[in-house]
Amino acid sequence: MTEKRPRIRVRGLTKIFGDDAGKALPLLQGGLGREAIFKQTGAVVGLHDVSFDIAEGEILVVMGLSGSGKSTCLRCINRLVEPTAGSVLLDDTDLTKLSESELMAVRRTRFGMVFQQFALFPHRTILRNVEYGLEVQGVAPTLRRERAMAALETVGLKGWEAHLPSQLSGGMQQRAGLARALALEPDVLLMDEAFSALDPLIRRDMQQELVALQKRLKKTIVFVSHDLDEAIALGGRIVLMKDGAVVQQGYASDFLANPADDYVRRFVEHIDVLGVVTAGAAMRAPACVVPWHVPAAEALVRLEQSGDPAATVVCQDGLFQGTVDAGVLRGAGATEIRLLASDRDACVSDTATLNDAVSRLAAGRGEIAVIGAGRELRGVISNTDLVAALARRRGEPMH
Amino acid sequence: MDFEIPRIPLAEMCDAALDWATEHFSGVTRAISAVIGTGIEATTDFLVDLPPWLVILAFGLLVWRLTTARIALFTMLGFAFLWNLELWRATLQSLVLVLVSTLFALMIGIPIGIAAALSRRFWRVVGPGLDMMQTMPSFVYLIPAIPFFGLGAVSACFATIVFAMPPTIRLTALGIMQTPPELVEAADSFGSSRWQKLFKLQLPLAIPTIMAGINQTIMLALSMVVIAAMIGAGGLGGEVWKAIQRLEAGQGFQAGIAIVVLAVILDRITQHIARRMRTDRGAG
Repeated sequence: MTEKRPRIRVRGLTKIFGDDAGKALPLLQGGLGREAIFKQTGAVVGLHDVSFDIAEGEILVVMGLSGSGKSTCLRCINRLVEPTAGSVLLDDTDLTKLSESELMAVRRTRFGMVFQQFALFPHRTILRNVEYGLEVQGVAPTLRRERAMAALETVGLKGWEAHLPSQLSGGMQQRAGLARALALEPDVLLMDEAFSALDPLIRRDMQQELVALQKRLKKTIVFVSHDLDEAIALGGRIVLMKDGAVVQQGYASDFLANPADDYVRRFVEHIDVLGVVTAGAAMRAPACVVPWHVPAAEALVRLEQSGDPAATVVCQDGLFQGTVDAGVLRGAGATEIRLLASDRDACVSDTATLNDAVSRLAAGRGEIAVIGAGRELRGVISNTDLVAALARRRGEPMH
Repeated sequence: MDFEIPRIPLAEMCDAALDWATEHFSGVTRAISAVIGTGIEATTDFLVDLPPWLVILAFGLLVWRLTTARIALFTMLGFAFLWNLELWRATLQSLVLVLVSTLFALMIGIPIGIAAALSRRFWRVVGPGLDMMQTMPSFVYLIPAIPFFGLGAVSACFATIVFAMPPTIRLTALGIMQTPPELVEAADSFGSSRWQKLFKLQLPLAIPTIMAGINQTIMLALSMVVIAAMIGAGGLGGEVWKAIQRLEAGQGFQAGIAIVVLAVILDRITQHIARRMRTDRGAG
């Protein structure tokens, strides 16, 4: 991922619920724990010193179990929940310092929000629901109709505009909810467990569509979810929260490779490793790289010396060209191996997940190359390496 | 040990307050009374002067438009029955009083209900006030009405408004306060102002509940209009009152049954409208 300018910077965000929030804040900042503060003041710490950045055009998944403060965190960004301390910077505006009317203006134009239970207005048709934000902005009727229709088309709800929300299935209602947020053409989409209320199959479709939509529209998305698989499917960075604080942030693969603590380790326990770990993370240095022009007999010797299981990688100028195995080399004598090399496809990109590697491995000779963007050789993965990567995930040490 | 606890002069205090109000405002209220009284009388006279069958037909058509053919038919039969009992004039007098009182009750009650829903502090003041208005025996309102508005229809109207308004206020406030919080949050997230939220979301969603309040207000208005006959409001209540004074049980029951018929008609119509609004929206 290339470094982009952060669109939103959340710094030291803290939320304390209860009448005695003012009294509880110094206690919290003084290092007192949640439980102790609750016992002493009756105030509940919802968020404690949460900081993260969201880059422009990024999907950031705020993840945690219920009660971890993830929804509160999302609502603090557009101040549906008023933060007790800390700041939220949208570009260079500190949202926590805005007056009521300035905040209203920011909500009208910069944020679009999608809710877990859809929160469509039951007395309005789908079209009028999608128009709502524009109506509040004071956009002229013909223009807002046009933009609402465009948003409905984007989410695939064309033809349903005259229906009432109650006449639509859950998945379609949430499409309408998404269209309502998109119609504003906001910079930032805030999605609160947006797909959690949907059936698993529809949920997966919606996740894929959101990713596709994101590629096209390049919105900045903050997505709250309790579902690790969903976070992985959306493919963005993850901020993992527990008890109102951030436990770890990074990509799912980072959580796997370097869990910050036992909580993270337990959280990622049932993760689909193949879908998260990249080939680049699982590869090792190739033991047998043979240049293009070497005769087969010599290549065979090198292969046998290396102890590599099945295949050898053939290279020219460091670029991957193909593989040959011992069976082909044997008896080929002085033939240059470039004439024998086959399987130019026995490779995966280093950013691809192990899922892709598995299918290539199944089709190949027990070993595939891992290549960079210009087909330069980065490493190899063999069947044994793959099994080892899986075993590592089960908590058994590798060595 | 001979403590004499003096009686709190509650009655005297109420009198003093009323006297003060009468002294300062009765000019205004008498003027209002003259205008409204003339209006009520003119409307009643106009309807009475029309041929009854025409009025019944017109009511029928109106009800048909608002509700169903069945209810319209029932309305027409009911009115024909009242005409047949030679209670036509009294029926119209009562009906006009009920409708005028209800109209005023809504004009005052709905804004109060909205304000109560929007301001928790105001609700805390209004709530007990409503309880008092509804628990107070309804006759009591008749007494102070007389110095302000004089004997007759307007006093009846005033007492009826006070007595019948609480359900409208209460259910308007309730309907607005019961807007699902996630919808309010959604409206907030799009930067709605307080008024946008009220008119685009809360009021439309509260309409079925407000309708239920209107239904109750109409029924209470009818019951009060009957009682208001004691201060010369006339109408069906007047017939009952006359029967009581002359000890004519038959006449009394006849007028009583007429009131029941009128009540059922009004109830069916408003209930139907309320129910339709609820199902139209597909939401409770």
